[in-house]
Amino acid sequence: MTVHINKPATGNKAKRILPVGHYRGLGAWTVFFFIFLYLPIVVLIFYSFNANRMVMNWGGFGIDWYIKAFQNDDIQKAVWNSLIVATVATVFATAIATIGALVLARGGNFRGKTVSLGLITLPLMVPEIVTAVAVLIFFSAIGMNWGLGNVIIAHITFCIPFAFMPIRARLEGMDTSLEQAARDLYASEWETFRFVTAPLLMPGIVAGSMLSFVISMDDFIITLMVGGAGSTTLPVYIYSMIRRGLTPEINAVSTVLLFFSVAIVTAYWIVSNKSQTKTVH
Amino acid sequence: MSNWLPRSAAGRRWLGLAPSYFVIGIFMLVPMVIMGVFSFLEPNPYGGVKPIGSLDAYVKLFFEYDLEDNLVFNPGYINIIFRSFQLSLGATLLCLIFGFPVAYFITLQPANRRNFYIYLVTIPFWTNLLIRTFAWIIILGRGGVIETPLLAMGIIEDSLRMMYTDGAIAIGLTYSYLPLMVLPIYASLEKLDFRLLEAASDLYANRFEVMTKVVIPLCKPGIIAGCLLVFIPCLGAFIAPNLLGGGKKLMLGSLVQFQFASARNWPFGAALSMLLLSAVVITLIFYARAAKKRAVLEGSA
Repeated sequence: MTVHINKPATGNKAKRILPVGHYRGLGAWTVFFFIFLYLPIVVLIFYSFNANRMVMNWGGFGIDWYIKAFQNDDIQKAVWNSLIVATVATVFATAIATIGALVLARGGNFRGKTVSLGLITLPLMVPEIVTAVAVLIFFSAIGMNWGLGNVIIAHITFCIPFAFMPIRARLEGMDTSLEQAARDLYASEWETFRFVTAPLLMPGIVAGSMLSFVISMDDFIITLMVGGAGSTTLPVYIYSMIRRGLTPEINAVSTVLLFFSVAIVTAYWIVSNKSQTKTVH
Repeated sequence: MSNWLPRSAAGRRWLGLAPSYFVIGIFMLVPMVIMGVFSFLEPNPYGGVKPIGSLDAYVKLFFEYDLEDNLVFNPGYINIIFRSFQLSLGATLLCLIFGFPVAYFITLQPANRRNFYIYLVTIPFWTNLLIRTFAWIIILGRGGVIETPLLAMGIIEDSLRMMYTDGAIAIGLTYSYLPLMVLPIYASLEKLDFRLLEAASDLYANRFEVMTKVVIPLCKPGIIAGCLLVFIPCLGAFIAPNLLGGGKKLMLGSLVQFQFASARNWPFGAALSMLLLSAVVITLIFYARAAKKRAVLEGSA
């Protein structure tokens, strides 16, 4: 990756020497930072092509472990579980977050607004392990044992704020004059929502559901604690693989999951950047 | 469609918020209350609790029973809690030292390139934490990426034994939450008016003073937010101490998990979670107070 040594920002007095506010070594530091951030990911991917049985002993290039991982029944089951949980949790969390965001962004100022906002973002404040323990105790106290259902409910809960944030941000950045114009032109409330608000809000909803999906797919601790024997998701299965011994199969599965997450986040990035430029027009 | 909706604005509001209240209330708030209750009950040896009130879980934090059933002070758990705070503070500091210059560097870039840098910073955050921590085993471990070349070149003769140390956990924690430090600092630096820096310079402030007396005070909210966002998850971290500390160097988060997975002492696990939760609440209260104070000061200025 090339990092361009900063030229003076536009509008600043152009001095020959380093302009005010610029410091030597910042660029080098940033390069170092990105190496630190990406080195583990590169190492992980590199060793997934190790033909040896042990991760750390390089035994030549091979894709055997990918084939092995794809043929592993347990991994297939774990992937299915992960996809089911993430899909159901995303649908519910996005729906709940959307109506919540509509009220909080369009409902004006009302008593309990701050409290509502605090409640919706609560799952972000509480350490994950505490949420995991609390939900585990709750399910056991009421004797609820729905297997994957328990995991899905826990996932809906902590996905709500992740779906909520981009939707609310989109609503607050939207121009309300279009909605008012529609109402002035005798559109009913429902028509205004269906034909004006909803289409404009769509990028926010898409972005929110993507974040929620990624967060659910990647969750480990809460699923580990809440999930029973039959509800192993992919991260939980990867954890059990790490405990059993380090084979490049872990790297192969991890690499696939990694690319999956990066693809979704990149799509999210493109959607939200596009919607930003649209708003400017 | 809109016919069946409540007429009043208040009615609609609560209808819209009801699902959020229902899900987060029932599956998050109520469980936390039950967890609090469980911490005051007696453990069932097979997991779960007996409905008998007891303060044992909290006593266990400080004391243990010796052979003659006397309470004696046991610093074991206190040490773990103390170490959790130490490691979390250390990781937060490392993130700050590491992340601040990067956030500043990104702010200096032209607008179109800034977004791309931020994208690069956020990507690791959205990928699986377990996988990223596992990668550190390959880097730090015996015969790993760091050791092998050093051994081959004869610079070291024996394994460096970097794994299963506090240092390994600190690296893992720093790595895990670094993006959470950069993003809020960048958000507050982005709003910084760079003419102020020039004004300071014109008034004979040197480069160092421009940084310490203008830039840092102005982006203090971002720095504080970043420190909180890193410190809180560090305190409850489970993956880094578990994988890089080898399960022997426990932190609060891994100690809690251990109580449920292996030790089967639910009340003690619940008590530890309550402790963790109160540490978070206290930190957030301090933050809210500081933010309020700042708002008052800025309002009067």
